[in-house]
Amino acid sequence: MLKIKNLHARIEDKEILRGIDLTIKPGEIHAIMGPNGSGKSTLAAVLTGNESFEVIEGSVEFNGKDLLELSPEDRAREGLFLSFQYPVEIPGVSMTNFMRTAINEQRKYRGLDPLSASEFLKLMRDRKKLVEIDSDLTNRSVNEGFSGGEKKKNEIFQMAMLDPKLSILDETDSGLDIDALRVVANGVNKLSSSDNATIVITHYQRLLDYIQPDYVHVLYKGKIVRSAGKELALELEEKGYDWIKKEFEE
Amino acid sequence: MIAEPDTSLMSLYEAHRDVIEKDSSSLVNAARQSAVQAFARLGIPSNKTEAYKYTNLQDWFKTDMAATWANPGLNDRVEEVFKCEVDAIEAHTIFVVNGHYQHGTNNDSLPQGVLLGSFASLSKQYPDIVEQYYAKYAPTEEDGLVAFNTMCAVDGVFIYIPRNKVVEKPIQIVNLLSGDEDVMVFQRNLIVVEEGAQARVLLCDHTLSSNRFVVNSVTEGHVSERGSLDFYNIQNQHNGTVQVGGYYFNQEADSVLNANYFTLNTGIARNNIFMRLNGSHAGNHLSGLYLTDKNQHVDNFTFIHHAVPDCESNELFKGVMDDSSTGAFTGRILVAPDAQRTNAYQSNNNLLLTDNAKINTRPQLEIYADDVKCSHGATVGQLDENALFYLRARGISKDEALILLMYAFAYEVIEKIKVPALQEQIRELVEKRFRGELDKCDSCIICNHLTEKFQELIK
Repeated sequence: MLKIKNLHARIEDKEILRGIDLTIKPGEIHAIMGPNGSGKSTLAAVLTGNESFEVIEGSVEFNGKDLLELSPEDRAREGLFLSFQYPVEIPGVSMTNFMRTAINEQRKYRGLDPLSASEFLKLMRDRKKLVEIDSDLTNRSVNEGFSGGEKKKNEIFQMAMLDPKLSILDETDSGLDIDALRVVANGVNKLSSSDNATIVITHYQRLLDYIQPDYVHVLYKGKIVRSAGKELALELEEKGYDWIKKEFEE
Repeated sequence: MIAEPDTSLMSLYEAHRDVIEKDSSSLVNAARQSAVQAFARLGIPSNKTEAYKYTNLQDWFKTDMAATWANPGLNDRVEEVFKCEVDAIEAHTIFVVNGHYQHGTNNDSLPQGVLLGSFASLSKQYPDIVEQYYAKYAPTEEDGLVAFNTMCAVDGVFIYIPRNKVVEKPIQIVNLLSGDEDVMVFQRNLIVVEEGAQARVLLCDHTLSSNRFVVNSVTEGHVSERGSLDFYNIQNQHNGTVQVGGYYFNQEADSVLNANYFTLNTGIARNNIFMRLNGSHAGNHLSGLYLTDKNQHVDNFTFIHHAVPDCESNELFKGVMDDSSTGAFTGRILVAPDAQRTNAYQSNNNLLLTDNAKINTRPQLEIYADDVKCSHGATVGQLDENALFYLRARGISKDEALILLMYAFAYEVIEKIKVPALQEQIRELVEKRFRGELDKCDSCIICNHLTEKFQELIK
């Protein structure tokens, strides 16, 4: 589904990603861990097409297409989804209008008719129930005045609405209390299937108690320095990142 | 004030004096005489006049424009037009063509004593109202454009709501500009809301033909004790229009005035919006939204005068400016020496979509009382790149995302409209405007369906 080969990217003159290789197949959940500043969020930003970053080398293939050639909106329409670390507040744009526009633009791209008002409302109802989000949130402007937990739940709600093939959860656990964490993790688990895949970017192992990854990768200084099964996350939890740092210090 | 007296405009007036005076009441004609004196002194303001620094109007108010004192005389024939009414807004609707009152509809159900009609004829019938309120708030002696209007205007709209009467449905004034050649148009409106009375007035400005229009319009409004007036102005004219709209309101104790100005399309617009809070515990809520593109120019000059203690004013103007359009906002707030416990808030926010768009914004607070709460803020910025990316990352195209964000910016002004049906229509109009699909204002009943028919009638 996703093939990243030797990916290098920079912001201004600073090279952040320095040769990432990663392959993800349908049905898999990958965790990407690593200390602060290792390039985790940059990887998410580069994959979703954030123009602040410049790809200087390497390739990314997504379902047979050259991902790096696509605009951010076309990447989303191809089935890529990013749960933002810092969801943006957009006063004046209602959640309903936002989601209806997003879904219908994605449907148009795939040659489908727009959803009727009643189909759309039914979908909203179903997805709200699935991710246990308050009705109230969808009646408001996008993320406006939402608490940290509400914003993250709202990201998972959008993911449920858009039904992506590959979801990237960028530090979705940061700033969440235990109840919100459980809601978010339950949502992700309910949505995951043999047809889609998930990348969980996290600093802590805590979220991985709820979302069981098939693979854990450690990112350090812009490279994946170690990959293993979920037991790697436990090891990191126990020993911290210092031993990784020591081992790969240049 | 520095202004060159324009003798050619004086001679234009002298040449048409008979036509101008013949349909007016003696009181209105008496006011003309002092206006002539004032205009001879003031002339059309140049941009050397501080208040008109960002908009030079001298180039437009010229005698080579045909001035239209003649009523196009549609009268009853306008009835044909009413058949095509789209009842999007349930309103008492009246039509004005080139400043001349034509006809009204839905006016049978007005409460007893309410006057709604032609300024020229009602000012003759009700001299006591004219004596009390006409030319009392618009500063004839200070602004050459007000003097010019008072000197030349013949007709417009006259609205009088007697004590404790409530007009439930909005009163909609459809202002149409039409002609075969470039024309100069004058209009004079008077709105009086007596003690405890309530009304909502919607003023829609449109153009029906493609020739140039230069418009000098003055509206005076008085809201007595405990009275309430909602005033909406929607300006949707073609790019060859130059319009100076003067709106001079006076409020007495415990009155409420909500005024909203939407400049959706025009060539050059100058709004002079003056609010005098003249009785304690009066509330004034003023807002505006201007959307400009191409070479359009919109200049909102606002002046909130807190003359007495214990009043509150809230002011919000927002602009979205595209292409090479330009604009200006002036927000004067004057708090008189004994106007204690005044609350006055002002905000002007601008979104510039290109490097060539330009706005000059200047808050001007003059506070002579010591126990007041006043604040002002002005911002000029670009669209939030993070929000744009967030929307695109959900599959929304860049163009559509821009429209959503521009609309979101404008929303704060739109939500101040207190008539739900009107709010919905403005919402749609603004969205269409951002999509570039707005040629004519389809909230106004007739434009879409009747332009051609109107052209026929007017010939």
